[in-house]
Amino acid sequence: MKPLRKLLNNLKPNFEKGGKLEKFYPAFDAFETFLFVPNHTTGSKGTHIRDAIDLKRTMILVVLSLVPCLLFGMWNIGYQHHLALGMMNVSVMDNFIFGAIKVLPLILVSYGAGLTTEFVFAIIRKHTINEGFLVSGMLIPLIMPIEVPLWMLAVATIFAVIIGKEVFGGTGMNILNPALTARAFLFFAYPTKMSGDEVWINTSPEKGQTVVDAYTGATALGDAAAGYQDKIPNIIDSFIGIIPGSVGETSTVACLIGAAILLFTGIGSWRIMTSVFAGGFLMALVFNLFGLNTLMQISPLHHLTLGGFAFGAVFMATDPVSATQTNTGKYIYGFLIGFLAILFRVFNPAYPEGMMLAILFMNVMAPLIDHYVIEANIKRRLKRIKPIQNQDG
Amino acid sequence: MSEYIKIKQGLDLKLSGEAAKSVIALPVAEIFAIKPKDFVGLTPKLLVKAGANVAAGTPVFFDKNDESILFCSPVSGEIIEIVRGEKRVILEIKILADREIKYVSSTPSNPDQLSRNEIIEKLLKSGCWPFIRQRPYGTIANPKDKPKAIFISAFDTNPLAPDYDFILSAEETNFQIGINALKKLTTGKIHLNIKANSTSAPVFTQAQNVQINTISGPHPAGNVGVQIHHIDPINKGEVVWHINPQDVIIIGKLFNQGIFDASRTVAVTGAQLEKPQYYKTIVGTNIKNILADAVLKKGDNRIISGSVLSGSQIPVDGFLGFYDAQITVILEGNEYEFMGWLAPGFNKFSVSRTFFSWLSPNKKYNLNTNLHGEERPFVMTGQYEKVFPMDIYPVQLLKSILIEDIELMEKLGIYEVAEEDFALCELICTSKIKSQEIIRHGLDMVRKEFS
Repeated sequence: MKPLRKLLNNLKPNFEKGGKLEKFYPAFDAFETFLFVPNHTTGSKGTHIRDAIDLKRTMILVVLSLVPCLLFGMWNIGYQHHLALGMMNVSVMDNFIFGAIKVLPLILVSYGAGLTTEFVFAIIRKHTINEGFLVSGMLIPLIMPIEVPLWMLAVATIFAVIIGKEVFGGTGMNILNPALTARAFLFFAYPTKMSGDEVWINTSPEKGQTVVDAYTGATALGDAAAGYQDKIPNIIDSFIGIIPGSVGETSTVACLIGAAILLFTGIGSWRIMTSVFAGGFLMALVFNLFGLNTLMQISPLHHLTLGGFAFGAVFMATDPVSATQTNTGKYIYGFLIGFLAILFRVFNPAYPEGMMLAILFMNVMAPLIDHYVIEANIKRRLKRIKPIQNQDG
Repeated sequence: MSEYIKIKQGLDLKLSGEAAKSVIALPVAEIFAIKPKDFVGLTPKLLVKAGANVAAGTPVFFDKNDESILFCSPVSGEIIEIVRGEKRVILEIKILADREIKYVSSTPSNPDQLSRNEIIEKLLKSGCWPFIRQRPYGTIANPKDKPKAIFISAFDTNPLAPDYDFILSAEETNFQIGINALKKLTTGKIHLNIKANSTSAPVFTQAQNVQINTISGPHPAGNVGVQIHHIDPINKGEVVWHINPQDVIIIGKLFNQGIFDASRTVAVTGAQLEKPQYYKTIVGTNIKNILADAVLKKGDNRIISGSVLSGSQIPVDGFLGFYDAQITVILEGNEYEFMGWLAPGFNKFSVSRTFFSWLSPNKKYNLNTNLHGEERPFVMTGQYEKVFPMDIYPVQLLKSILIEDIELMEKLGIYEVAEEDFALCELICTSKIKSQEIIRHGLDMVRKEFS
């Protein structure tokens, strides 16, 4: 790798202070540090050695943990497509290839639009390019319906990077989860493209193909909200993920594999993940007791496998920047996300998927939770002071 | 009554280059130096000029903010140079040492028969006072304060740290006399904290006039800050003093023999040494001969006075810090690494399991000074809490310092911490935040606000 290093060393002066391309230093820096971990050393005072982990490593591992969801999603897109057209005997590979052709453009557009925005901002604001978008760029296509138009995806991504992140100062400063900001933007701006029964499955038939009679195209939660109890996929199907839904969210198994990677490496917060599931389970259990409509009657475990619940719990709620930061706060935050997600699902028939809104709402509430947790710590510290003894005894 | 404290959060870093259990006494080094920068917030005023002759115990400078605190020469000889930096700040006062050390001697006395003020005066005049430091702020103790307790940590849990049970095994008498003198300085107790599950030396276990507490758990269990937090925490307005065990002996000798004998046994450690072992030397010594004897390995080395976690870098012919009982030598890491963040990393140290080094948990590492990434804003949460065994929110405290909100710093517990308590946070930080520097900035800000 010496020639490459030499080349970079030769190019570097152009981008440094006083160089011709000084303005583009953030871009050069991003490229250089992508190729080489820099030669920076620790200061002369303080900790002289450092852990090998950095934000790049962290983010790439999160991307890695998303790969099972991505791969399964690609297969499922193909499977659902062929199912809708009544083609039952399509091979796994063919399903996968069909899905991959549909999904790859989404990923390219998401990374392309997002990274361009990041670079432009870094150059204007003269800050280094942060690694955060490596993950957001992968999350955004995974939570979109497969039929979302590419231009819409691009607009949503740019919106998320600017309004969701950069206006607050970049990675680490944002209040809302950027990926969910993109989804929420589309959901409210173009509701017909983000919900209903026409966006989840590609049904464009080729010559000689027609959609089968029993086809509805709605998600499980859509069917449940409409009261079609018999159309809700059974718990096994929804756990494996062979149901319609956003690209990467359908398979609870894939999400759990991702969760295992995040928890084992120590990147994801087990406090948040477990409490989200606990909150959702409990809320669904309470609704079971009433059982007034179809959604209320779905068993708690079944609820957790439907829609974006598992995906949100594992990949969205655990975003460390927009979540609570204190350990105690994480339990409360996670629990309320699970609780609210099921509550929104059941009580808002217009939009049966509540996970996105629950997480965004709790993103906003997270600083408040932390505030009270820290206040409690402050009070505890003040209590230690022993009252001054009265002189008279 | 003694306490048993169990520390759960923390990390024992496994590094190669541990000092062998043998103490070498080299001839007295030629040059010694006192470095005013070793003392937090000190503005030195010189009492001697270059060319003056001094004995061990002759005052060299005093603290401009408290003229009673004298800093004395650790050896006898001639002041050869006053090294100044920017704005004529004094960096080093260099002393060419005699072969035989001559001491300023006073009459030996039994601290039991002296009053508190007499003891303080003796400590101040002899040059022993700066060994006593205080929390909050980590500065030299203020002789006008009446601390609610004095803490002595009888063990050091830093990586490759000296083993005090080994060093002080035959110093019972002077240690006890030192304790007796310190006992009169506090309104409360002297807490002598020993490590659980180990055979502590009799010098500690048999000590009188102290409360012996047992502490178990990983680093930073040996940090006085952590011990104070769990045994007798500091609230606003309270002061606790602390002193290193070896320096208690220096105080003991002052009363027992009437001399300022700043001898110190130093663990010379690190993977870049052929023969890491202990050396008996004197505070402020030049380390050139020691490093030559321990045989420095080839390469771009970083010499650290203190531990890898909170020591200070010194040149290869530099001087031992005033409070340090350890020298560590590691390799500089000023090299690029191609796609290092993507590599499997079987040899990379990380407390996370993001590199495959988790396959070998007992591996001893030879770490260099590379940052392994660039500094970023805080992103990950819950990391610091795993290595920070205090009921304090470390990230929130650091953020309160970054926004310079003194009232918030007070509420979040700034009085209880010092830089070294954040050393592990700095070590494991994904965003490469310089926590220790930030904490020092915060402490200085609060100290100036209230002085």
